[in-house]
Amino acid sequence: MIFLSEYIYYIGAFSLIFIGLYIVLVKKNLIKVIIGLSILDTGINLFLITLGYIREGTAPVFSKPGLNADKMVDPVPQALVLTAIVIGVAVLALAVSLAVKLYKHYGTLNLRKIKEQKW
Amino acid sequence: MRKLIGILSLLIIAGGIALSLKEIPFGIPKTKIGDHFIKKGVEETGAVNIVTSVVVVYRGFDTLGEVTVLFTAAIGLGAVIGIYRKKRVNRKVESSSLIVYTGCRFLFPILLLVGTYIFIHGHLTPGGGFQGGAVIASAFLLMYLGCKGKRINENLSKVVEVLGGLTFIGLGIAGLIMGKDFLFNFLPKGEPAALLSAGIIPIIYIAIGLKVGSELTGIIDNLIEKSQ
Repeated sequence: MIFLSEYIYYIGAFSLIFIGLYIVLVKKNLIKVIIGLSILDTGINLFLITLGYIREGTAPVFSKPGLNADKMVDPVPQALVLTAIVIGVAVLALAVSLAVKLYKHYGTLNLRKIKEQKW
Repeated sequence: MRKLIGILSLLIIAGGIALSLKEIPFGIPKTKIGDHFIKKGVEETGAVNIVTSVVVVYRGFDTLGEVTVLFTAAIGLGAVIGIYRKKRVNRKVESSSLIVYTGCRFLFPILLLVGTYIFIHGHLTPGGGFQGGAVIASAFLLMYLGCKGKRINENLSKVVEVLGGLTFIGLGIAGLIMGKDFLFNFLPKGEPAALLSAGIIPIIYIAIGLKVGSELTGIIDNLIEKSQ
């Protein structure tokens, strides 16, 4: 139980990452692969946020006087993730547009039936 | 067979990661630099929200790079999807239901207002340019879903996007002209927790908010209108 309470956030984040990786490796449908990439992205963001957490910490915003600066979570991973989320949305849209073009060209989204690819 | 190989390789990776994660304890401070930002951030930058001061001031150059990545993704999407289709097709649009239509007309100005509030108050409250821009883009997505036939002015959104980017770079170069670093905070910092404080941080965040909002709106417009 102590193990679980200590590492549950790491386990959750890496579960998301591995679910995403599994989908990317195994699934045939291109749309499902893109969904897998999105889940992978979410897992990585969650992991970065988890690394910056401090027990019973508050958000690093001095919104009212009297907040304890020692009990604030690390702002650096939050700043990284903040931009990474928006970039994730834009890259997801780019992937979807490539999928649209592939479907127009080949008439299928099944990756095993699209011939001229390596994997 | 493919599933088996996938699961086996993932198990190997998971074992390696578990071994290294065992050395990283959860819930204690790990970096000294984060501590420095929290203790000294308010007096060095004037922004009450430490995350904002990290994004715009301490890692401002990095943020410029990330905005560029976003811009490249939007341009790439436009190039992939819209290059062969110059004329707009007039397809039949099924009208949305009364609930969606009314909700869209009611919520659209409120969403715009909330997005603007979030990025103007980026240095005071949680939020900032990226989040406010995403809220504004969601307002336009709702407009495309609910109010049929309404479109954005594509050229205007491009102009807003370019102006946002130019403001960011121009403020950075203004720091260089004054003989200091790129993105040096040259305006007076003012009193912490006031709306007009923190020097160039609110201006940069407004620029980022407008840029992100118009970029994501352009992505939605490209995906909905041109990908037939």
